[in-house]
Amino acid sequence: MIWLGRGIVLGLLAFIILGPLANLVLWAAAEQWYFPHKLPVSYGTKFWEQVFKPRGDALASLMTSIWIALSTVAACLALAIPAGYALARLKLPWRTAILLAFLLPQAFPSVAVYINVARIFYDLKLNGTMFGVILVHTVHGLVFAVWITAAAFAAVDRDLELAARNLGASGLRSFLTVSLPLAAPGIMASAIFVFLESLDEFTGTFFVGVPDVITLPLLMFTASIAGNYQIAAITALVLLIPSVAFMLFIERFLKADVLSKIGA
Amino acid sequence: MQDRGRLGVVLVAPALAAVLVLFVYPLGYSLATAFEAKGGGFTFGNFAKAFEFYSVDIGFTLVIIGLSTLLIALASIAIGGYLTLGENPRAVALLRWLYRWPLFIPFVVAAQCMRSFLAKNGLMNNTFVALGILEVDQTTGFLDWRGIVITFVWKQTPFVALLAAGAMASLDRSTIEAARNLGASRLRILFEILVPQIMPTLVVGLILSFVTMMSVLSVPLMISGESPTMMTVDMAFRINNYGDYGTANALGFISYLLTAACAWVYLKRQVRQ
Repeated sequence: MIWLGRGIVLGLLAFIILGPLANLVLWAAAEQWYFPHKLPVSYGTKFWEQVFKPRGDALASLMTSIWIALSTVAACLALAIPAGYALARLKLPWRTAILLAFLLPQAFPSVAVYINVARIFYDLKLNGTMFGVILVHTVHGLVFAVWITAAAFAAVDRDLELAARNLGASGLRSFLTVSLPLAAPGIMASAIFVFLESLDEFTGTFFVGVPDVITLPLLMFTASIAGNYQIAAITALVLLIPSVAFMLFIERFLKADVLSKIGA
Repeated sequence: MQDRGRLGVVLVAPALAAVLVLFVYPLGYSLATAFEAKGGGFTFGNFAKAFEFYSVDIGFTLVIIGLSTLLIALASIAIGGYLTLGENPRAVALLRWLYRWPLFIPFVVAAQCMRSFLAKNGLMNNTFVALGILEVDQTTGFLDWRGIVITFVWKQTPFVALLAAGAMASLDRSTIEAARNLGASRLRILFEILVPQIMPTLVVGLILSFVTMMSVLSVPLMISGESPTMMTVDMAFRINNYGDYGTANALGFISYLLTAACAWVYLKRQVRQ
C-alpha cells in the first residue's frame, strides 16, 4: 500500500514537472495539431527548416542574442574580476554595503526601473541599440559576476600567493600567475551564469531593445502571441538546452569550497 | 596599508559606478516621476489615477503573488523534508533528480510551456480525458490568474526547495535520530525540528522569489494579459499605449512599497531573534 501511494505521488509530480516540457517538445515536433486530436496529427521538420533557414528571422535573433550575451559576459568580467579580487583580498571600507549594492538590481521589482532606463536611453540615443541592451544586461548580471568571483578569489589558498610574493613576484605578477588561474573555475561559473541570464533576459530587452534589437526571447514571445506555436516551441527549445545543460553540470563548475563563500 | 585600501577602492569603483548610473539613478528617476505632474510640479494625481484604474489589478497582484509564495513554501518544505527524512533511497534519488528541472528554465519558456499545457485542449486536459477522469465537454482551460499562479509555483519551487533542502541537509542529524528513537512521526519531526531551524534560509528564499515574481512581465502577458491581470502588465500598457510615465511610475512605486513591506517583516523577525 505504501508502495502504491508513493508511486502515485511521484507519478503525479513527474506529470506536473515534466508535462509542460513534454507539451513544448510535442509542439516543436508537430507539423499539424488541432482540436479534437490529443496528439499532433502529423510530425515533421517543416517548421525547423523555417526557423533555421539562412538569413531567417530566428537565426538572426539567435546571433543577436549570442552576441549580446558574449559582450555582456566580457563587460561583467572586466568589472567583476578587479572588484571581486578587492572584495576578497584587500581592505575595503563599508565592504558589506558594497557587496549589498550589487544585489540592488535584483532586490527591486524591475519593470518600473527598466521603463526609466528606456526613457533615459532614449535621450542618449541608446534605445534600440545592441549597446544599450548590453548595458542593461550587464548591470543585471553583475551580482552573479561579483559575488561568485569574490567567492572564487576568497577560496584561493592565501599561502600560495604569499609564497609567490616571497620568491620576488610583484603583486600584479602573483595575481596573474597564481590567484587568477586558481580562481578560474569559479570565474568560469560566474561567466556561465551571466551568459544564461543575458540569453534569457526578457523585460529589459522588451523596453530598451525595441524596435530594432530582437533577441530570441522576444522573437519567441512575438511568435507565441501571434499563435505560431510551432515556431514558439522551437525557439523555446533552443533557449532551454543551455539552461538544462547548466543545471545538470553546475556542480562541476561551482565546487563546495567556492559555494560556501558566496555573499560572505 | 593605506595604499592597499586605496587600491581596493579603485578596483571596486568601476563596477559600483555601473550599478549607480544604470540602476540607482533610473530608480531615483522612477520615484521622482511618480510624484510629478505632467507639466512639472509635485502631485499625488498619478496615484489617484493608478488606484482609480488599477486597484483591482493591485489586489490581484497581491493575491497571485501571496498565494504563489504560500504554495512555494509548502512545496519546498515537502520536497526538502522528503529528501532529508525519506526512507526509500530510490524514491529519494528519483525526487532529487526530478524536482530541479525548472530551476534554470527562463520565465518566457516556462510561460510558453504552460500556455500550451494548461490550455482548454492542452496536454493536461488531454491526459485527463484519455485517462477517463474528465469528459471532453467538462474540460476548462487554466489560462487566467490560476495559470499565473501555477506557472510561478512550477518555476520558483525548485529554487526555494534547493535552499531548503541544502539547509536541512546541513542540520545536526543526531536530534533527528533522537526524536525518531523516541517515537516521533516523520511529519512531526519535519514541522517541529527541521522547519523551525531552517526558517531563516526559507524566508530569504521566499523573499527573493517574491521580488522575482513582482518583476516578471512575460508570464502574465503570455498566460493572461486581459484584465484583471498583474501590475507589471499595466505598467507596460501605460507606457506602450499612452506614454504615460506618471501613472506607470506610480504603479512602480506601489510595487516597491509592497516589496519593502515584505522585506520589513523579515527584518523585524531577524531583529526579534
